[in-house]
Order: sequence, then C-alpha cells, then structure tokens
Amino acid sequence: MRELLPLSMLGGLLGLDVVCFPQMMISRPLVGATVAGAFVGDTYTGLLVGATLELIALATLPFGASRYPEWGSAAVVGGAIAAALHAEPAGTVTVGVLATLATAWVGGWTLVKLRVWNAWLARRKRGALEHGSRGAVVGLQLAGLTSDLARAMLLTAVAYGLIFPVARATVALWSFDEHLSRAVTVGAASAVAAAAAWTIFHSARGARWYFAGGLLIGLLILAMR
Amino acid sequence: MTWVSVFVRTLAIQGSWNYETLLGNGVGFVLEPVLRQLPGGVHSDAFKAAMARESAYFGSVGDRLVWAGLLPFSSLVALIAFGVGAGPFAVLAIFLVMYNVGHFGLRIWGLRVGWTRGLAVAGALANPVLRNGPAYIARAAAAVAGIAIPLTVARVVGPTCRPLLEGALLAGALIAVGLVRVHGRVEGWKLVLVLIALFALVSVSVAR
Repeated sequence: MRELLPLSMLGGLLGLDVVCFPQMMISRPLVGATVAGAFVGDTYTGLLVGATLELIALATLPFGASRYPEWGSAAVVGGAIAAALHAEPAGTVTVGVLATLATAWVGGWTLVKLRVWNAWLARRKRGALEHGSRGAVVGLQLAGLTSDLARAMLLTAVAYGLIFPVARATVALWSFDEHLSRAVTVGAASAVAAAAAWTIFHSARGARWYFAGGLLIGLLILAMR
Repeated sequence: MTWVSVFVRTLAIQGSWNYETLLGNGVGFVLEPVLRQLPGGVHSDAFKAAMARESAYFGSVGDRLVWAGLLPFSSLVALIAFGVGAGPFAVLAIFLVMYNVGHFGLRIWGLRVGWTRGLAVAGALANPVLRNGPAYIARAAAAVAGIAIPLTVARVVGPTCRPLLEGALLAGALIAVGLVRVHGRVEGWKLVLVLIALFALVSVSVAR
C-alpha cells in the first residue's frame, strides 16, 4: 500500500478537475486510468481499462445540477487496481472497470454532498456577500476548491484501500479466460457508447447516416485486418 | 495582468458551485480583479455593490456545445487512435490537445468578446460557430462514434479472438437498442455495473 498516498494525491487532482478546476478533462477515465496505471507500473493495462471506461463515460452529460458519476478519482482507483494486479491478467480489466464504476457511483454522491456543503457555507456568509465583501467571495471560492480536493483525495484513498483486497481475491479466483472476460466487459461498455451516441447526436439532421457510415468504415477496417 | 488574472480565475469559476446560487459566487470571484479597477478600489461603494450584484445567483450557458459536442468528439477521436494501435502517450495527447484547443479557445474568445464589447456581448452570441457549431460537431461525432466503437472493442478483446469480437459487437448492439428504447429509465453505466458484477460473481463461483 505504499502507492496509496501518491494515488490519493492523483485522485485528488483528477477529482478536482471534474467540476472545480481546471476542467481540462484530465479527469476523463481514458486519462485517469492510464496515468494511474503508469503510477503503479503498467500503463498498458491502465489504458485498456481507461478506453473501456471512456466508452461508458460518453453517456455522461454533466449539465448544471444533473447528478452523474465522478470519473476522475474513480478512474484512478480502477486503473491502479487493474495495473497492480496485471500479473494475473484474466480478470484484471473487468475488475478494474468494476472498481471504477463502484467508486464513480459513490463519487457522484460525494459531489452532491459537496454542493450541499458549499450552499451551507454560502448561507453562513450571506450577510457579507450581500454587502459585497471581497474576502467572503474569495474565501468561499477557496473553501469550495479545498473541500473538493479533500473530498477527492479521501474518496480515492478509501476506495482503493477497501476495494484492492477484494479485487486481489477476486482475480485470484477468476475462472474465465482473459479474452472472454475482456469481450464481455467491453461489449457491455460498447452498448452504452452506441446508445449514448444515438441519444446525444440523433437530433442533428442526418446524424444517423453519419453514424451508419462511420460504423461501416470501422467494420471494414476490422475486416481488412 | 488583469486579463490574465481573470482568465486563470475562469478555470476555477465552479469552485463553490452549489444548488442555491449555482455559479454566482464564482462569477464574483472571476470578476473581482476587474472590479478592483473601479474608482476608489476595493473599499469603494461601487466595488461592493458590483461584487454583491455579480456574486448572486447565476446559471450557465453553452453547455451543449462543450459537453455534448467538443468533449465526446475529442474522446471518440482518441478512441479511434487507440483502436488502430496508438500507444498510451499518443492517445492521451490526441485527446487532451484536441479538447483543450477548443476549451481554451472558447474561454479566450468569450473573455475577449466580453472585454471589448461590454453590454453589447449578446450580439456576439449570435456567432455562426455558436449557433451552428453543435449541429456540425454532432454529425462529425456521430461518424467518429461509428468508427471508434468497433475499433476500441477489437483492441480491448485482442487481435486473435474473432468469434469473441463478433459476439461482443453483436451483444453490444442488442443491448444498445434496448438502452435506446428505455431511454431515461435505465442509466447505461449502472446497467454495465450490474452486468459485470454478475459476470464476476459467476467467474469466481465456478472457480477451479
């Protein structure tokens, strides 16, 4: 568990990126899981987990007050777990994806609580804010940013600490073939991506034909290999 | 320097986002370096009145262009790179550069428009890129989604497993149709969580 501190710092930074700062999308699972994999010594396994999760994350539209999974910290947890267990490859990608989804679920809940916390802080400063206090505005912003960083670090540390032993035991007992396990996992992820593509883009005129054309090209590339 | 300060602060505009004032405090935080330039500085009534006004309730605009356009498009292009065999660094670089060129470009454009046009900013929002951009990006993203999904599945499954690949694509297509039909009632990521958890349970319960 030597990796816990650096991973929780990475999870903190990536969790902060989801909403608060700087929204450069380093929090996307493709990035988070790959970088976390690199942290624990297996970038490629992290990338496999990240790419699978990215298919699922396509369905997440973080508009305003909507509730959504928190991918940043979660991808660090899942990518690191899969990469750390790469010596037994059969179930690692599946377990990494599972760990990420479970953490992302809890992470979404923590984001809601953070927003409630921010509202409570703002209510306490209402008088100062109504009088245009510079200190209240800046202080509230810094308090929100710090709270989010702490939230994401704690989430990463707790999730990694709790899930890693379960994941290690699961991978040790895994009975299905590596490729079958990956096929089931990425097959399910691809369903979410395809449904998300339809949902997001179908309102644009002709988008279904663009999708069909793209699909044809993708399948042709595969057929020519 | 004020412009740079405001720009950097825009990156943290959602730092205290909450369900009551939404972006409000963040807007005040971002504009504070500009408001300091008011006659009398931070102790003047004008500064305090402006801070109070800007820090009140504030929603957001332009969500769809970024979250339902630029972001999935960049993500899908990076997945195509992954699917054709690019390494981790290349995949991440493609995604981050592509997304952030648009992300920072939009922020810089918005700030410049506000800076130079003041209250006449509404006219700039009629910019063809903002009006028609989402539809163009949606078509492009639909095309790259069609290419990216099978290529990504193929690389994750592995190069030597044709029947598994075909099975994964077919099962994915069937589940996708189901998800579209129950649109809004089932969240895809939760369904995947349940399916994979069940798969894992079966895998460990039939352990050797």
